[in-house]
Amino acid sequence: MNENEMTSPGYEIPPELRHQVTITTLERIYNWGRANSLWPMMFGLACCAIEMIATAASRYDLARFGMEVMRPSPRQSDVLIVSGTVTKKMVPQIVRLYNQMAEPRYVIAMGACASGGGPFKEGYNVVSGIDKFIPVDVYIPGCPPTPQALLNGLIALQKKIKRQSLRDLPWYQKGPAEPIPVPVLGPDLMDPRKFALIREVTHRQAVQDQQEGEVAHE
Amino acid sequence: MTGWGILKSLWVTFKHLVVTYIEDLRYGKRRYFTPEGVEARRSSDVRGIFTVQYPEEKLPVPEAFRYLPFLIYEEGPDGEKQMRCTSCGICAKVCPPQCIWIVRKNDPQTGRPIPTPAAFYIDVDICMNCGFCAEFCPFDAIKMDHDYEIASYDRLSEHIYDLEKLAKPVTYYASIRPTDYALEEAARAQKGSAKKAETTAG
Amino acid sequence: MSEAVPRIAQIPNLVDLFPDKVQPDTRPGYQGYLVGREHLLEVVQRLRDEYGYDYLSSVTGVDYLPEGKMEVVYHLYKTLGGPALVLKVQMPREDPRVPSLVPLYRGAEFQEREAWDLLGIRFEGHPDLRRILMWEGFAGFPLRKDWREPYFEEEAKPFKSRWPEGFVFRAEDRNPFGDNVQYPPGFDPETWTPPDDEAIYRVLKRASEEDDLHADTLVVNLGPQHPSTHGVFRMVVSLSEETILDLKPVMGYLHRNHEKIGERNTFLQNMPFTDRLDYLCSMSNNFGYALAVEKLMGVKPPERAEYIRVMMAELTRFLNHIFAIGFLLNDLGAYFTPALYAIEERELILDIFEAVSGSRMMCNYFRFGGVARDVSPDILEKVRRLVYDRLPRKVDEMDEFLTRNEIVRERCEGVGVLTAEQAIANSASGPVLRASGVPYDVRRAEPYSIYDRLEFDVAVRYHGDIYDRYLIRLDEMRQSLRILQQVVRDIPEGPIMTGKPQYQVRVPPGEAYGRVEGPKGELGFYVVSNGKPNPWRYHVRAPSFINLTSLVDMARGAKVADVVAILGSIDIVLGEVDR
Repeated sequence: MNENEMTSPGYEIPPELRHQVTITTLERIYNWGRANSLWPMMFGLACCAIEMIATAASRYDLARFGMEVMRPSPRQSDVLIVSGTVTKKMVPQIVRLYNQMAEPRYVIAMGACASGGGPFKEGYNVVSGIDKFIPVDVYIPGCPPTPQALLNGLIALQKKIKRQSLRDLPWYQKGPAEPIPVPVLGPDLMDPRKFALIREVTHRQAVQDQQEGEVAHE
Repeated sequence: MTGWGILKSLWVTFKHLVVTYIEDLRYGKRRYFTPEGVEARRSSDVRGIFTVQYPEEKLPVPEAFRYLPFLIYEEGPDGEKQMRCTSCGICAKVCPPQCIWIVRKNDPQTGRPIPTPAAFYIDVDICMNCGFCAEFCPFDAIKMDHDYEIASYDRLSEHIYDLEKLAKPVTYYASIRPTDYALEEAARAQKGSAKKAETTAG
Repeated sequence: MSEAVPRIAQIPNLVDLFPDKVQPDTRPGYQGYLVGREHLLEVVQRLRDEYGYDYLSSVTGVDYLPEGKMEVVYHLYKTLGGPALVLKVQMPREDPRVPSLVPLYRGAEFQEREAWDLLGIRFEGHPDLRRILMWEGFAGFPLRKDWREPYFEEEAKPFKSRWPEGFVFRAEDRNPFGDNVQYPPGFDPETWTPPDDEAIYRVLKRASEEDDLHADTLVVNLGPQHPSTHGVFRMVVSLSEETILDLKPVMGYLHRNHEKIGERNTFLQNMPFTDRLDYLCSMSNNFGYALAVEKLMGVKPPERAEYIRVMMAELTRFLNHIFAIGFLLNDLGAYFTPALYAIEERELILDIFEAVSGSRMMCNYFRFGGVARDVSPDILEKVRRLVYDRLPRKVDEMDEFLTRNEIVRERCEGVGVLTAEQAIANSASGPVLRASGVPYDVRRAEPYSIYDRLEFDVAVRYHGDIYDRYLIRLDEMRQSLRILQQVVRDIPEGPIMTGKPQYQVRVPPGEAYGRVEGPKGELGFYVVSNGKPNPWRYHVRAPSFINLTSLVDMARGAKVADVVAILGSIDIVLGEVDR
């Protein structure tokens, strides 16, 4: 990190001390540290995971960004790279993994599928966007994003982190963070937050069907 | 002898380690942050460090590279944008995940369609970068872009590209795909002259 | 001319053999025989035992909604080589039952479960007929033609809402739940009790009561999020101490509805979707699908295109195998070094794919009757440099690096053994089959493209353990390079496409089964056309999926730490397993 980025604006450092001393705020140095040691979770879903592996490998080398430590455990990771198509069968596990991650935690939706369903959006087993369940920080379009595009997305995430303020980060607020309710697999995927809506709509459909049946009967 | 195989394996990795230093010493500063250095690191006789230091240096993409589609416009004499697209709808028909939406423009007086799009949308959250739209466009109006640095923080507002976001000048196209552009221009010129000859003959 | 056909290639006339049990399939464009469902077991057993049809390649169902019929299609082969014998069983849609072929061919197990899951065909006598790709409790059989998904828009693409009045919308905005879901009318989520995993645990073998040691059985779940499972794959293992008693693979975590979407797409629109099956080897997938549709259309690509196709397919095989070896070593605990060496070579090959097709992984390069772009002389020169100079060196280096390493040998030799009989019965294919001593390679058994003119050997190893499955990948890489050297030497000039490129191809009605020797094994595409722009049925015979049948046989009796290596040696890709 160069001095310009680190040093708080408005503090003049004498030229002879430029390379030895820097004046910064706690927030800046804290964010700088966090942004340069993001540990992604070793978590691959589909095609994009292969590009993620390629990004971690020698040609693109995530280690240059302090991200080479791919943790298989959610407890030790900071970034969840959702790399590929999210299916209904898989989404309960992803939400559970997200809940298990320690804060601060970030989510990257890599590729069209993770962002919004992608080419498989119309499919019956595909979730149209992981952001329907967990909050996403950076979206990377592409099918699949090339390793350089993924790196671009990771740099975008670093920029976002560097802009964050300690005052309004949710994990420094009072009270525990509520875990996201884990979706249930029923006749179709069920989000516990939508149970009331589901009951209402299916009930209406049932009434409608009954009325239609009666009309047909008459 | 037990252990010989492991030693041999270690020898292979050791050779890899030594070669990185040899290569760095041999090429010196030319090896990094220069275009020929990047090119040398992707050639078939690359040894030593293989890493491309993105974002400071970027691996150039080949001409055929495809990411998201874009629409070509030509600049008219007064600087206005003349879309090449005639809203014929072939790209929307051939698109495998059906991520292209086109509204055809109608003449306000006669109600007849006129060959330009009133609106053109691509949902990049559905697009699969297959390149069929560019391949089958009869007017060379839609092409695949090379720009992959498009990460965003919000998809709902940014990921449906409209006409304004899709339109790029023909000069940009000529700069990213010079060979294709030259071929297409030559074909167009030939077609134009053939048509001219036909009209003069007729 | 009939004398010239070798006996192995002759299909016996089943009508003579089984009068009044079998009829020829006389629908135009169709082949094979119709068998009554009550005679199926008897006919197939005799074909297997007396006529050498020991290999059941593909089992799939077709829903002929207009005729009110369901059909199950079987493709049988001899492991000695030759064309397919196609059998079909028809049944009324209201009563879809067939006898299961699992007692004869274990390889039918997963495919029959898939047909039950997606089409609702009940296979009587199947030992474990549960849903395989979807979950227990899911409403409906999605591949039936009258079943509609929540985002259903129209029967066939292109959709009318896109042009000429294509006012953009997101599909979720039109769904009452704002998401890709639907529920039966009157459904109440509060009263729903989710069917738990009991069904899986019930079928697992446990330590027997009479066991002297009274050892407890421990059930361990590996996956779906586990660093060793190569994606979202789950294995349920029952253990007696550290020894594996039984194992059940659980899949479907990446089921992306490839076939349902494929039946709505036009024929050409399926091409980029095939890239995403086995996403490491998109070129091979393109190849298989192009062959199947070309068979139906009756076109043949020009000579140069054939050479380009083979070149791409063999480069794909090389990169898949080197990647597989790298990650097998990862699973063995070598951490990243071999994988990184492998990825370096892979990147160099991907550069070629990117320059030729425009994309590193999702090449979408093949067209019906040719390929999308020509290979320029300088790219060809790059390939030449790679296949003559660099890649042979790198295979030797990999060989020197790993083959004699004592740790690799300790972990791999004699572990995860699959015998030849088991491999054939389980319909294993590709390196898994050949490492067990069965020299079966589609490129030789039923040559396609220009493989009959190329010189190469079918690699075969005889122990059937992890080590042989590793060695055979080295052998095959060397053979691939041999093929590539011939191809770059002999590639002719000329056109790359038969006819003009079209976005709407005309495919006559009929059925076709195109298969190629993909890097993972026999990749087959079963396509049924009814003359419309969209396929009526589009089925993928996925080698990774069917090779997993053998996982139990390999893992039983091994230690729990070995199961990771065994899975790595099968080399699966979840995109293809789940589709």
